[in-house]
Amino acid sequence: MSELRHISRREFLKRTGQAGGGLVLALTFTAGCGRVAPGPAGQNTASVAPNVYVNVRNDGIVEIFCHRSEMGQGIRTCLPQIIADEMDADWDRIELIQALGDAKYGDQNTDGSTSIRNQFDLLRNAGATAREMLIAAAAAEWGVPAGECSAREHAVHHEGSGKSAGFGDLVDAAAKLEAPTEAPFKSREDYRYIGKSMDTIDGFAFTTGQAIYGIDTVLPKMLYASIERCPASGGTVVSFDDAKAKAVPGVVDVVKLPDPTSPVLFNVLGGIAVLATNTWAAQKGREALQIEWDRGANGTHESAAYRKALVKSATSSGNPILTRGDVAAAFKAANSVHEAVYYAPYLSQAPMEPPAAIARITDDGGCEAWACTQNPQAAQDTVAATLGIDKEMVKVHVTLLGGGFGRKSKPDFIAEAAWLARETGRPVKVTWTREDDIRHGYFHSVSAQYLKAGLDADGNATSFLHRSCFPSIMSTFDPSATGPGGFELDLGLLDNPYDIANMQLETADAKAHLRIGWLRSVCNVFHAFALSGFVDELAHVAGQDPRDHLLKLLGKPRQVDPADDGAKYTNYGHPLENHPIDTGRIAAVVEKVADMANWGRALPDGHGLGIAVHRSFLSIVGTVAEVSVDKNGKLVVHDVWTAVDAGTVINPDRVTSQMEGAAIFGMSIALHGEITAKDGAVVQGNYDTYPVVRMSETPDAIHVHIMESTAPPGGVGEPGVPPVAPAIVNAYFAATGKRIRELPLRNAGLT
Amino acid sequence: MAIELTINGQAVSLDVDPDMPLLWAIRDVAGLTGTKFGCGKALCGACNVHLDGQVMRSCVIPVSAAVGRKLTTIEGLTEDGNHPVQVAWRELNVAQCGYCQPGQIMSAVALLERNPNPSDDDIDAAMSGNICRCGTYTRIRQAIHKVAEDRS
Repeated sequence: MSELRHISRREFLKRTGQAGGGLVLALTFTAGCGRVAPGPAGQNTASVAPNVYVNVRNDGIVEIFCHRSEMGQGIRTCLPQIIADEMDADWDRIELIQALGDAKYGDQNTDGSTSIRNQFDLLRNAGATAREMLIAAAAAEWGVPAGECSAREHAVHHEGSGKSAGFGDLVDAAAKLEAPTEAPFKSREDYRYIGKSMDTIDGFAFTTGQAIYGIDTVLPKMLYASIERCPASGGTVVSFDDAKAKAVPGVVDVVKLPDPTSPVLFNVLGGIAVLATNTWAAQKGREALQIEWDRGANGTHESAAYRKALVKSATSSGNPILTRGDVAAAFKAANSVHEAVYYAPYLSQAPMEPPAAIARITDDGGCEAWACTQNPQAAQDTVAATLGIDKEMVKVHVTLLGGGFGRKSKPDFIAEAAWLARETGRPVKVTWTREDDIRHGYFHSVSAQYLKAGLDADGNATSFLHRSCFPSIMSTFDPSATGPGGFELDLGLLDNPYDIANMQLETADAKAHLRIGWLRSVCNVFHAFALSGFVDELAHVAGQDPRDHLLKLLGKPRQVDPADDGAKYTNYGHPLENHPIDTGRIAAVVEKVADMANWGRALPDGHGLGIAVHRSFLSIVGTVAEVSVDKNGKLVVHDVWTAVDAGTVINPDRVTSQMEGAAIFGMSIALHGEITAKDGAVVQGNYDTYPVVRMSETPDAIHVHIMESTAPPGGVGEPGVPPVAPAIVNAYFAATGKRIRELPLRNAGLT
Repeated sequence: MAIELTINGQAVSLDVDPDMPLLWAIRDVAGLTGTKFGCGKALCGACNVHLDGQVMRSCVIPVSAAVGRKLTTIEGLTEDGNHPVQVAWRELNVAQCGYCQPGQIMSAVALLERNPNPSDDDIDAAMSGNICRCGTYTRIRQAIHKVAEDRS
């Protein structure tokens, strides 16, 4: 077995010295894993592995297996922080090893901002059981009660006798013991690393070009593949001529991939692959292909017509999923009614590293792959299904991910590499071009939403209807899905925190015509855009300050349970008792972020402040944006303030960086992001037609405050995104008096 | 045919088509993977290298254009990885996923060499060709200022 191993700075210097100039890959392999892990050849090192996440070597090094994927959120720093803290291990004596995809690690799907919020206790337990095992070994050696011993600074100590032994010296004795399955956790005041802004563990590799991503892995005799896929989702090859492609120097083979399946799942998407001795030859050969396509059932998908259908569906009748009071009666009794339609387009995740994977067929007919995957176990499943072999025959190495944002949860590109490796009999690297990525992804859903409020004579909302209409992620798994369903409704629709006496939340049907997937914060993006925009509208209708109105609408501090109003709400997989929808905590975030922005101050001419708050993935984020419109009519975002209540925080600097990044990601959604379809095909293709925010549009500052909390940890990677776009459109209204209800703002001529 | 290059101070002979984009020659043939592919159309800066000290988009220039010139990739920026820009990047923990950062660093180094104390506007002008999807721009800006301040 082999793993991708963290390269320390010391190792790097040693190796670049040996290579004499830096022509070296930082991909190394170490044989073995588990209870005994031999080091480099000839240096067998005894060790003890109390669980699958920790292996203590007798040279004193604590190996920590990171079973979650690193895509910029900092898990390769935060995960060892937790384990090392519970062990009281020294930070410079841990070695981080990226784990293979393997069910023994439990959930490895690095998605849904789950690594810390779902696994904090699991990781603490991994460290604590290792600590207790070393303590037990020392106590047995010294003939003293384990309860009199403690771990401190990479050693076990017995205060009474003054004895101490380093972790490495205890390995042989510990290896004779059974590991405990449970152990007490350290108390908060004893934390050494949890709650500290430890430097990014891969910082040296990141800044020297030594970091290895999916696109970087190299195998001997490897072929490079580039794949032409049907422009329309689900379409198939009728015929093709590869004579010109095969004439391109360097091209070795041309292979037709299996047609797309229904449901599409994470399976290969069909098309024709050109395989060559380098990437460029493969791409040139691909350009020389002549292919006749059958665009299939989605070949007439066209965004303008589809938008009309979505809006019509959203403004017609809906399917109630939460009912409080009697909205119909309350609308009739209202002094006035305010209504609006919000629209947001398809989006592409567009991570800087496009999907890329390497696969080879092993001598026993299995498959070994290296890939930038958020979900290595799903990769095992998909590759196994594609090749018709057992999952246990598929070994998936997780490289660093050059961004993920949900795209790399889907292992279709790994299945492509695996299938082509078997077809050609050689290792194959599949590299998607940027155009492939933007045109053939799993798209964030386009949406239309209808919102309506009944107001009393003072402008206070007495009734509220929110109807959401979008093609569902479920369509990727069930082609008969005709609209939103399941977990999607929990993402910013059912968890409405506002204290309005009569409320109805509804869905409306929409059939999918592209592969629908998820993007950083998923349906929260468009639900927060519509809800926080509409709430701001209500403030202005009532002539109230948007911050004060928001606090009033949140009502008195209370815990909201959508089940009280008949909804099936899953709260991101956690009981509401542990992670309540707490309007007091939401209000505290609103007050904090408003204070940070000095809300209510006199602003320069033409400037406006906008505020939005949104709870997602068990965390609450409030955002204020300050904007103006320059002399060319372009929107300028001057400053962004963010307050985040993520409960207990592991690494404040990584939380801060996620909020900074979310502000930029959210700005890209607000200002630029739009995927459209024509004749079933995605129109955009690269960062020119699918722009994202650059340095020139970056705010002067993104100010982040983390709320002090001892609550269980919430998510961090995603919750910063949803409030950004509504804060910007609300600020734009404050600056100009113009209300924008559709994204991106580019279409309003503002970029 | 053989193309003779000087990469990071080392003479290298590559058997490639002279029209091959420099990026793929560096990555696939020379085996230096620190220079990244992001767009293939000079839109994102992930592939930035230095040719005679100037920032170039290696994805759109042919490998033949590097013949007889001093080609520096992220791996060759320094022997020990401690260029002041690299150090500042680490001190501020700029990188998130890290993928675009070699290109960002190559742009920042070139900026600071021609303008030791850049303003925010100078940074916008020099760095807006580099996309970071993680959104590390404010820290990149801070890191560039830090290098300038530490030098003065």
